[in-house]
Amino acid sequence: MTIEKKNWPLWEVFIRGKQGLNHKHVGSLRASDSVMAIKNARDVYTRRAEGISIWVVPSNMISASDPCDEESLFEPSQSKVYRHPTFYDVPDGISHM
Amino acid sequence: MEKVDNKDLEKKFQEKIDQDIKIEPNDWMPDNYRDTLIRQISQHAHSEVVGMLPEGNWITRAPNLRRKAVLLAKVQDEAGHGLYLYSAVETLGADREDTIDDLHSGKAKYSSIFNYPTLTWADMGAIGWLVDGAAIMNQVPLCRCSYGPYARAMVRVCKEESFHQRQGFEVMTKLAAGTPEQKEMAQDALNRFWWPALMMFGPNDADSKHTEQSMKWKIKRHTNDELRQQFVNVTVPQAEMIGLTVPDKDIKWNDSKNGYDFGAINWDEFWQVVGGNGPCNQERVEARRKAKENGSWVVEAAAAFANKRMKKTA
Ligand SMILES: [Fe+2]
Ligand SMILES: [Fe+2]
Repeated sequence: MTIEKKNWPLWEVFIRGKQGLNHKHVGSLRASDSVMAIKNARDVYTRRAEGISIWVVPSNMISASDPCDEESLFEPSQSKVYRHPTFYDVPDGISHM
Repeated sequence: MEKVDNKDLEKKFQEKIDQDIKIEPNDWMPDNYRDTLIRQISQHAHSEVVGMLPEGNWITRAPNLRRKAVLLAKVQDEAGHGLYLYSAVETLGADREDTIDDLHSGKAKYSSIFNYPTLTWADMGAIGWLVDGAAIMNQVPLCRCSYGPYARAMVRVCKEESFHQRQGFEVMTKLAAGTPEQKEMAQDALNRFWWPALMMFGPNDADSKHTEQSMKWKIKRHTNDELRQQFVNVTVPQAEMIGLTVPDKDIKWNDSKNGYDFGAINWDEFWQVVGGNGPCNQERVEARRKAKENGSWVVEAAAAFANKRMKKTA
């Protein structure tokens, strides 16, 4: 990968809000390399103590599922109601279950 | 290859919108929806960035350190808002630098309020209070806009805007309670910024050609006139409270509409400024153009450095 003159590469930014939470996608920005991407992410996405840790990932390294496949990918999980505890009858008087 | 039925896609798209399901970057969308968003979001981004200029004008001359730190933080936020929005516009497949070049060539517009000069310190108060206030009124409904990345950017922006308005109102409050000269300065700033602030909501509904389609797509949730009315209703009492007078003889509470009646807007002035003939249009675009030109060696040097390092590690 070489950077052309006009645009620095695009990076996706993920922020951990505090210890114990996942990094969460917050947006994107452009930077010439990962060091600059982290610095810019700090200035752009954490001006009000929104984070304690930053991940940056080149946008073109992300593979995504196709929205056209939404049904075939996710419909099966909707029809399997028995995966949820509310599917089952628990007799009256039974607790701790 | 199977022929894609656009009618069918369009119908499904509108159904999603009607059910308040957000549209995300990879989803199918009509070309007009995409083009409308690219135009609106990039012009919104340009407004945030150009909007830094009239306030940047006063950073070095802020009356004390507190005001200077606040103004600096506010202007930095506006740069951030521009960046959130340029990121959002890129999700639609637009090229960031191309949209910026459209600003520089005069092809793309930005909010015409930033083509007025900032003559006194009180203008920092009037801008925060009125201009950011009007922007908030416009932006809060955009948090529910049908396009996901734009809506999410607006949520971040709105969280940050409320301090902008409050710091401006604080500046006005202090000046209005100060010496007669200070109060006069505050009133003068209100006089100059009131009408341009009302124009920020755009043409009257009858003359707004994009409103109907944008409402159907839920890009827009309220009409220009609705938002303008709401702004007048909340702002007039605020001015009274700090002893200033809105420069409009026709302002009068109207019980039947539960809002203020107000005077006619000078749309000639509005179209003149939009058309490039405002007091500062040339200066603003020139400043942006120079910033890009003078900074281009940094962009190129950083890219060259990164390329060199990648070659080494490859
Ligand atoms: Fe802003
Ligand atoms: Fe603002």
